[in-house]
Order: sequence, then structure tokens, then C-alpha cells
Amino acid sequence: MTLKTEPFVINLGPVHPSTHGVFRLRATLDGEVVMDIEPIIGYLHRGIEKIAEGRNYKQDIPLTDRLDYVASMSNNLPYVMAVEKLAEIAVPERAEYIRIIMAEMQRIASHLLAVGSLANDLGTFFTPFQYMFREREKIVDLFEMVCGQRLLYNYMRFGGVSHDIPDEFIPALCKLVSTMPGFIDEYDQLLAENEILLARLKGVGILPKELAINSSVSGPMLRASGVEWDIRKVDSYSVYDRFNFDIPTEVIGDCYDRYRVRIQEMRQSVRILEQAIEQLPPGEVLAKVSPRLKPPVGEAYAHIEAPKGELGFYLVSDNSEKPYRLHIRAPSLINLTALREMVIGWKLADAIVIFGSIDICLGEVDR
Amino acid sequence: MTVALSSSEIADRLKNQFPEAITETKKECLIIKGDFLLDIASFLKNTPDLEFNYLSYITCVDYKDYFELVYQLVSTKHNHSLVLKTQCRQPEEPIVDSMVDLWKGADFQEREIYDLMGITFKGHPNLKRIFLWDGFQGHPLRKDNSNDTEN
Repeated sequence: MTLKTEPFVINLGPVHPSTHGVFRLRATLDGEVVMDIEPIIGYLHRGIEKIAEGRNYKQDIPLTDRLDYVASMSNNLPYVMAVEKLAEIAVPERAEYIRIIMAEMQRIASHLLAVGSLANDLGTFFTPFQYMFREREKIVDLFEMVCGQRLLYNYMRFGGVSHDIPDEFIPALCKLVSTMPGFIDEYDQLLAENEILLARLKGVGILPKELAINSSVSGPMLRASGVEWDIRKVDSYSVYDRFNFDIPTEVIGDCYDRYRVRIQEMRQSVRILEQAIEQLPPGEVLAKVSPRLKPPVGEAYAHIEAPKGELGFYLVSDNSEKPYRLHIRAPSLINLTALREMVIGWKLADAIVIFGSIDICLGEVDR
Repeated sequence: MTVALSSSEIADRLKNQFPEAITETKKECLIIKGDFLLDIASFLKNTPDLEFNYLSYITCVDYKDYFELVYQLVSTKHNHSLVLKTQCRQPEEPIVDSMVDLWKGADFQEREIYDLMGITFKGHPNLKRIFLWDGFQGHPLRKDNSNDTEN
């Protein structure tokens, strides 16, 4: 006798620990195998692009903090860069260095969280995560030292940063930078050769190079698929051209490669931090900019390599105090486009891991 | 550095094949007619020395008289970029061709524009609201949106 079977639909989320936020995945399953999925988003939609049109340019800086809320420093940067491009504001050299120091520290913090939560999705419930948080905590302490905030920093301004770094910052950062490589090695030893991790990540959720490019995927996900594309190199901004660093890439584009790229990027960020501390010039950190800034009529797009991918702001000005239009190119949303192709044919438990390996932040997906 | 290709040079190349397609050539962008959007995009993607294989982002701006669609095209092989624009001058029923067949990355972004700006993308495989719920009335990013309150 043959058993009659039929596909069935289950909803993962919107409130579910493996969805990293309020994300819903409607999966059609054949037994345990995923036949089709549909991401359903919008649970955290606050209409940031709309709110931004009703506030002046400066008031929009804290709004950007609330996009990828685990990487606020990286969100401030492209927004102030876009306004600076539009209004032709020059940034003092010291401020450029401070911005890069913040952005690279933020990259380490964000990748630690990505790797930690990926391990969570694999079932090592909160053990690696706690270790990652130990290091992330030190970075957050440093952020608190410069701007008094631990999550939503609101630190960058048009023409620089809000305050200069305090005297105790550089010694503390030097200590962090000298100990960080040891911790990264430790995590890598614990995780990279772990049998379960290898079994669950190797060959799972492959994103081929051509599909990755065609799906507009960016960031570590694109580089794991073998595309050497990093905005810091290919469209160098700020003072990144003064540092020596490599772009880690992998070949296959599976979950393991995405993990590898993140681990290696943390090492490169440490390298950039070391050089930035050495080169940090004295001087002003904030150019004089009118608080009621009215950029000339026009449009500008500025983008950076944020921890999750290419984060860009497209601004249109009509010479008033408020932006006429602000569009955010959110890497988390666009990276999700490739999810469907990656999970079809895998078991549901693998789909969770594949989703986790993309590393999205719902604040940025929904905006 | 990503080189922003000169839009007048691209326009010259397009003129042979699409003599009536170009509306305006600006320093930083190329504005074309909506009817030719798909053909020109496909030409830009498939011509060997242009090879715009990466669609960085799509967005839309409401200029009250018309909607302007903005496409940032990038070539990861040649490391150059181009901003392509098209203007939609039927404010009642704005409609443009979907780019999903050429670049899959357009999928969610076009749904976002449909949801928030109310542009219909012809040929999109799954055009429905992405952030707001199905029964929602209006499109919040439009300048004449009736849900707006003074702030």
C-alpha cells in the first residue's frame, strides 16, 4: 500500500528565535524538504524614508542609527557622506580617520554577532554566542567612551564627528587591537574544524557566482561566492586608499565560505585599525556647517561597505531644510532576494542555517 | 575607483540602435523613454565592453508632475557605473517594464517601489505589497499621499 502524501505549508516566525528579528518565512514542505519559500517582511516597517522627508537633514542622522541597529556607526557614515557630497562640505582629516576607526570596529562587532548567531542556528545554543559577546562588549564599551551610547550612537555629523575621541580611547583601542587577533584565532580553532559545524555548513546553500551578481547580492555574501568586490577597494571612499588590507574571498559560496569570509574580514579590520591608530593626525574633528543646512538643488548617492554589504543613501535636495527624497539601499533586503534559490531542495533545518548565514538585520530590511 | 561612464558617450552609442529613445543627457545620468527601457537595459547588460552585470539599486522619486525611476548599473568586470533614468508621465497609472528578467536583484526593490510609490512593473512575476499589508490604501511615499499629517 502506498502512503498518500501532500505538501504542506508552515509559517516560521514572525516571532521565532531563528529568524533574528520579526521575519516570517512561509515554507512549503515535502516532508522535511523545502519545496518553496516566501519571505514575508514588513513587521518592523517604520517608514524611515517617509519620516526623513519631514525632518531636517541633521535630525535624520539619528534615524539612520535605527536601520541596522547592531551596526549604527556604519549607518551614520554613508548618510553624512551623501549630504557632504550634496552640500560640498570638506571633512577634516582627523575626522576621516576617526570615522574609519569607528566603521572598522563596528564591522568586527557586527561580524562577531553574525558568527555567534550562526552558531546558535546550528544548535550550539548560546555557548559561542557568549564568547562573541565578550569581545563585542569591549567594542561597545569603547563606543560608549566616545559618544555615551551603547547601541544607537548618533556620532557622525556633516563635516566630521560630534566630539573628538577622549584621551583614554587610543590606549584602550590599542589594547583591544593587540588582543583581538588571539581571540579570533581561538574562535576559529573552536569552530572552523568542528565536525558538526563542517557537516552542517560545507556544501550547504550554495550561491553560484553568476547568480550572486545577478541577484545584486553584496558584502561578505558576494565575496564568499568568489567575486572580489568590496566598495572600500573598488570605489574607495574616505581615506581607505591609505591602508594596506586584503579582500578575503572564497570560491564555492556555501554557508561555510560565508562564515570563513567573515572571520577573515575581522582580521583585516584589525589590520586597518592598527594602521589608522598609527597614522591618526591631530587637528579639528568638525567642520563649520550651518545647523539649518540647505544643500543646493540636486541629487547625490554615497555608498560604503557596511558589515552586511553595500549600504547607500540616495538623496534629492530641493534647496530646503528637509530632504526632498531619501532612499536607502539596504543590503539586508537585497541580499534576501537570493534566499529562495539557496534553500530550495534543502531540509528545513538547513534552511534555518542558510538564512542565518546571510546575516540580515530586520531594522534594515523593513526600514 | 568605480568610473562613472560619461552619459554622452553612452548616448552616442545608443543613438545608432535606438535613435528616438534618449530624452536627455545629463552629466551624471542618462534619461531615456520608458518604452525603450527594457531594450536599452538589455543592450547595456549584454554589450561586451559595457557589461553592466550588477544592478546596484532601483529607486523612484515623485516630482509631482511625473515619477522618475533611477537605476544604478555597475559592471563588476570593468568597474564602471552608469545612472539610468526614466520618467513616467502618467501620474494616474504609472507603469514601467520590470527588470526582473535581466537582474533578479530587482525583485524586492520593484515590489518596494510598487508598495510605497505605486508604480506598476509590467512583467514582474510577483507584484504585490512588500512592507504594508494587502488592504492598505494609498502609497505613502507619494507627495500627494492622503494619509499624511502635519509634523
